[in-house]
Amino acid sequence: MADMKSPRTPMPEADPKVRARNFEEVALGYTEEMAIKEAGRCLQCKNPLCVQGCPVNVRIPEFIAKVAEGDFEGAYEVISSTNGLPAISGRVCPQETQCEAKCVRGIKAEPVAIGRLERFVADWHLSHNTKPAKPLSPNNYNHVAVVGSGPAGLTCAYDLASKGYPVTLYEAFHTIGGVLVYGIPEFRLPKAIVHRTEEDLRNLGVQIQLDTVMGQACTLDELFDMGYKAVFLGTGAGLPKFMNIPGEGLAGVYSANEYLTRVNLMHAWDESYDTPLIKSRSVAVVGGGNVAMDAARCAMRMGAGEVHLVYRRSQAEMPARAEEVHHAMEEGIQFHFLTNPTQVLNDGAGHACGLECIRMELGEPDEKGRRRPVEIPDSHFQMEVDTVIMALGTSPNPLIRMADPNLELNRHGCFVVNEETMKTSRDGVYAGGDAVTGAATVIQAMGAGKKAAKAIDEYLSAR
Amino acid sequence: MPTIVTKRVLNPTVSLMEVEAPNIARKALPGQFVMLRVDEKGERIPLTIADYDAVRGTVTIMYQRVGLTTEKLDQLGAGDCLLDLVGPLGRPTEVEGAKKVVVIGGGVGCAIAFPQAKALHNAGIPVDVIVGFRSKDLVFLEGEFRQACDNLYITTDDGTYGEKGFVSDKLTALMEAGAGYDLCIAIGPIPMMRAVANVTRPSGLKTIVSLNPIMVDGTGMCGCCRVRVGGQTKFACVDGPDFDGHEVDYDELIVRNSVYRAQEAAAKEAHACNLQKMADAAEKGGLR
Ligand SMILES: Cc1cc2nc3c(=O)[nH]c(=O)nc-3n(C[C@H](O)[C@H](O)[C@H](O)COP(=O)(O)OP(=O)(O)OC[C@H]3O[C@@H](n4cnc5c(N)ncnc54)[C@H](O)[C@@H]3O)c2cc1C
Ligand SMILES: Cc1cc2nc3c(=O)[nH]c(=O)nc-3n(C[C@H](O)[C@H](O)[C@H](O)COP(=O)(O)OP(=O)(O)OC[C@H]3O[C@@H](n4cnc5c(N)ncnc54)[C@H](O)[C@@H]3O)c2cc1C
Ligand code: SF4
Ligand code: SF4
Ligand code: FES
Repeated sequence: MADMKSPRTPMPEADPKVRARNFEEVALGYTEEMAIKEAGRCLQCKNPLCVQGCPVNVRIPEFIAKVAEGDFEGAYEVISSTNGLPAISGRVCPQETQCEAKCVRGIKAEPVAIGRLERFVADWHLSHNTKPAKPLSPNNYNHVAVVGSGPAGLTCAYDLASKGYPVTLYEAFHTIGGVLVYGIPEFRLPKAIVHRTEEDLRNLGVQIQLDTVMGQACTLDELFDMGYKAVFLGTGAGLPKFMNIPGEGLAGVYSANEYLTRVNLMHAWDESYDTPLIKSRSVAVVGGGNVAMDAARCAMRMGAGEVHLVYRRSQAEMPARAEEVHHAMEEGIQFHFLTNPTQVLNDGAGHACGLECIRMELGEPDEKGRRRPVEIPDSHFQMEVDTVIMALGTSPNPLIRMADPNLELNRHGCFVVNEETMKTSRDGVYAGGDAVTGAATVIQAMGAGKKAAKAIDEYLSAR
Repeated sequence: MPTIVTKRVLNPTVSLMEVEAPNIARKALPGQFVMLRVDEKGERIPLTIADYDAVRGTVTIMYQRVGLTTEKLDQLGAGDCLLDLVGPLGRPTEVEGAKKVVVIGGGVGCAIAFPQAKALHNAGIPVDVIVGFRSKDLVFLEGEFRQACDNLYITTDDGTYGEKGFVSDKLTALMEAGAGYDLCIAIGPIPMMRAVANVTRPSGLKTIVSLNPIMVDGTGMCGCCRVRVGGQTKFACVDGPDFDGHEVDYDELIVRNSVYRAQEAAAKEAHACNLQKMADAAEKGGLR
């Protein structure tokens, strides 16, 4: 009988003092010995609850059993039968609220480190199996257009191409990956992993059309006229929200998307690129999600003297992955909980020179059971900062709506779909990921891309 | 990759390029723009689609060399390729119902004003054009404009060509003389657009300005291009770039556009320095 109190095998990490100033990966990954040891903690439950916690139902005990035997390629086969991008999900899934939240070992002590094992297996596969995916010649005349190359679009394209469909992937940017390349920083998700995915797609025969903004460049009618038989929309939720407080238009106030795009996609951290970014002395990041953590940790790495994180609820309500909050704290980010900005202060020349905030306390729970923050009267105070980054959430990317103004949207601007098939209000048009749910997670987007690929296959086979 | 078909110098700082881009040419309308990258490490910058030819499958851009990216763009010539070209972006200019229009261009803004005048003129709508430059040697597109309007008025700040003064002075004079415009389209430096808006505000003459905030993606994802119009936050790349000239907060735009000025000047300097070094090295190589 396994020792139910044994703690999980720790993940080696870069030294916080050093890593807070560079863009190298923070979590270093298990060695083979560590992976085998951690795999030994899995109880191989007959009724594995962990699988229910995973949005794509990775067959967790099965792959962990292979790891325990040292059969890493076998483990990879098990994972990749339901999850096409395990090197990514193993790194960025909020495991503590998904698979690991359900693990029975978590009742008495720490759950099995499922995410770390998944990452280990995927990395092992990437470094040992360097032969590219087998080139596939399309066995089918039903051409499918996939719009948007975030995790939803990538997964949908991958699955359809694997089934023999000719697929063209359209992306607005000059690189594929969506949030994986412009949002999530290198130190959390090395871009080489995304590039590997691109190679795999090309090997499967997927045509990639970059620099194409669907809706502006082309409508859905035109896509069908060009001969496509089905379309998947995975255009994400990138439109940033602002607070509408005074001073948000000042120089020195960024949306997290702009800040992260400049740093990640446009490589502002690398001197040899032309991308400019304000050289901040002191930065305030507003928000409590993954996006806020990434912006704060990037600001630190870009050389800011101080980075403050301002969040209106308490730590317990923070939506960010627990591991990222922990990492951010280790790296010296100063957290101000129960604090809400009221205005950005002007230095007289149009630049931000401070953030005025008010203190909050938690009041009655709202519909979702989260306790609503309320202002404490007369508790205003000022923080001296020269840069403010707003990470308040996003709504669906707007331009795709022009591709077909008749597609049904909900009041948040998200596509309305049948949840089983991801079909939109128009025949042959499917959607998934953040464009349907609003800002959510990588694995949910992948799950939606998968479901849609299955439904598209059924739809086209039945024609 | 988008190939440059022709390149033409228009004045000492402004040049024109016709670029092969059939998919953009097919869809482009006046008022829209493209985003381009010159090289892997370069910025994405927006430029207006100054002309387009769906048959030839080309779009025309006119750019003023102001900084590093436009400088790098200018090193390219016919036969070279741009790394990326995305478009058409932004909303086309809405001129619905206009009966007599005055199109005003200032400096490089004339490049953006030109397709507007041309489209209106081709649609049979009476168009007057006022273009302003600092001085005679900067005047460009004169012949093209003459073909695209009923009356062309040229002003220069120093009086070396056309009438001495600003475009807003000329507009005031024409309006006082009873020109009877029902739409004004003004494109140029921000102070010019503000001056024009001040001229047209008292009589309520509808005035469209085309704003040029700093952009990153051009697809409504980053919020960098946000401008305040009528007290509301708008994203110029998806809600614009055209806005009601009477409602724009020009001061905020001026400040936001100057954020990287020092860094950009330094980058341009360093680039010029590198080019010089390369030229020196090439020369030495040649002497060997
Ligand atoms: C900074 C940041 C950190 C995050 N961290 C995590 C994390 O740790 N864990 C986690 O699970 N989730 C995280 N998320 C959320 C996660 O990244 C998203 O939920 C996920 O990427 C959504 O995938 P998607 O495929 O729906 O859309 P996206 O990844 O947004 O991709 C959409 C793609 O479509 C393109 N596109 C948009 N409009 C058009 C058009 N009209 N024509 C052509 N192309 C278009 C876009 O350019 C983009 O490439 C984070 C998000 C951000 C911003
Ligand atoms: C919708 C739109 C249409 C435009 N059309 C034209 C045009 O037809 N012809 C033309 O000459 N110019 C046009 N511009 C302006 C042009 O984009 C800038 O001059 C160019 O980006 C400068 O880049 P740079 O690196 O050469 O100069 P930099 O040294 O980087 O910048 C000089 C100044 O240009 C502005 N600028 C810098 N980067 C950007 C950016 N990414 N986006 C917007 N502005 C920026 C800033 O105010 C900056 O201070 C347009 C701008 C917009 C937003
Ligand atoms: S995909 Fe995410 S939720 Fe599923 S097993 Fe892997 S880490 Fe857990
Ligand atoms: S619930 Fe935990 S212990 Fe049980 S099979 Fe899943 S990972 Fe293993
Ligand atoms: S340029 Fe990014 S939102 Fe307009």
